[in-house]
Amino acid sequence: MVQINIIDSTGKSHALSGNAGQSVMELAVNHDIPGIVGECGGDLSCGTCHVYVEAPWEATTGEASSDETDMLEVVDHLRPSSRLCCQLILSDALDGLTVSTPRDDA
Amino acid sequence: MQQSASLQADVVIVGAGHAGVQLVAALAKHGYAGSVLLISDEAAYPYERPPLSKGYLKGSEARDSLGFRDERYWSEGPATLLRGVQVTAIDPADRRLVLDDGRRVTYGDLVWAAGGRARTLPIPGADLDGVFYVRSLADADAILQVAAPDRRAVIIGGGYIGLEVAASLRSLGLGVVVLEAAPRLLARVTAAPVSAYFKRLHEDNGVDVRVDAVAQAIEGVEGVVSAVVLASGERIAADLVIAGIGLVPCADIMAAAGCAVDDGVLVDDAFRTSLPHVFAIGDCARWTCGHAHASDTVRIESIPNATEHATILAATLAGASAPAPAVPWFWSDQYDVKFKTVGLLSGHDRMLVRGHPDGNAFAVGYLKGERLIALDAINSTPDFAQSKALIAQGARIDPARFADPAVKLRDAVMA
Repeated sequence: MVQINIIDSTGKSHALSGNAGQSVMELAVNHDIPGIVGECGGDLSCGTCHVYVEAPWEATTGEASSDETDMLEVVDHLRPSSRLCCQLILSDALDGLTVSTPRDDA
Repeated sequence: MQQSASLQADVVIVGAGHAGVQLVAALAKHGYAGSVLLISDEAAYPYERPPLSKGYLKGSEARDSLGFRDERYWSEGPATLLRGVQVTAIDPADRRLVLDDGRRVTYGDLVWAAGGRARTLPIPGADLDGVFYVRSLADADAILQVAAPDRRAVIIGGGYIGLEVAASLRSLGLGVVVLEAAPRLLARVTAAPVSAYFKRLHEDNGVDVRVDAVAQAIEGVEGVVSAVVLASGERIAADLVIAGIGLVPCADIMAAAGCAVDDGVLVDDAFRTSLPHVFAIGDCARWTCGHAHASDTVRIESIPNATEHATILAATLAGASAPAPAVPWFWSDQYDVKFKTVGLLSGHDRMLVRGHPDGNAFAVGYLKGERLIALDAINSTPDFAQSKALIAQGARIDPARFADPAVKLRDAVMA
């Protein structure tokens, strides 16, 4: 199992446990984590799974593909650490990964 | 264990498609404290529909990744799920549903998220073996049972479903013919350059695309499809026929209960129907959408629409302030092409092309006056992304800068 933490926009940290091969988005939606919708089911078509990768994890999560970078233009509050978490796939190397969700301006 | 003859919940949701499931999720994210019951008429756990014409059909997405949530979510999560059960009647005065197994369900609020059924072919031969629709997992599985390489598929309907199925069946090695009754593909939803692009795309991938082609009858041998006959008299050989000719919204039960319906359940901008404590969302709901420019109500069939309805209604039910509706949008995946569209083009009086429609990446903008109201993006995700905000703002567009792909879309706005 791979442990991850998702800090929501209220500052609350959610500790989740998933399987290698699952995406952070899948794990988040299965636990109703606020701020992550994943409406396209991981097709890189909606931009509703936007997270910030907390330091020092960017070195391990790697770079976004050009398709993901294009879709990141959709999101609000884009930062250099922004990723679409349907593309963050759990592995042993990501055990302990911490991401946070953007503030909700709605 | 004896099943209870009657159930009750504060929020009862009929339909476990995208709208229903997203409503469950959105209520949970609000910390909604009431009880939620989700009723599905299918035996399968709730699943996502877009892959049925895309990855699932072509074999790149497995059955166990179709589920909307994992099974643990349904046993331990925020809602109680009833599967394989249909609602047969609603009593709005007593706030009760009757189920086809005889049980009664009492609701505080009822949300009708029942979607629709694929429109069936109104022509002779439609009941032959080998005629399929594309709406449910069972439909996709039925097609997969007969979709072998070199078999000949005739697809009736050149809309998104028909074209996605065409692309998927080509990747499985079938011969594919697409029959579109209108003079061009996607006639109701896009402009001519986009129709032309998709015709070329499919032809480049070996699909025989016929426009102005009306299927008049399906012929069979020993009860199995053998050909489709066109109004022109031409007979096209077929091993399987797949129809993607539209969706009929599920509104009969609601109409029988006295609810106002008109090609869908009529709702206001808060998704309230004409019945007290009864709402409707998703494919079945005809709503007052502030982003529609040419009509008072629209009924939009898309995932983003279903999600948007669920997001807004959940806020209302949870006692939070509801967000303003986002601009409608949609995506379609055919072969390797990314097609995304934002806004509703109905009511436009001008169309502008951005980039080169003869190439592989371009966009088409739809303007009402000087304001951008909709955009189709073919392999141009940055344009799709930037257009959402511009359309929401009613931005006025400089045509020359819009047409120049070297100028970012957001820089094509007139000050």
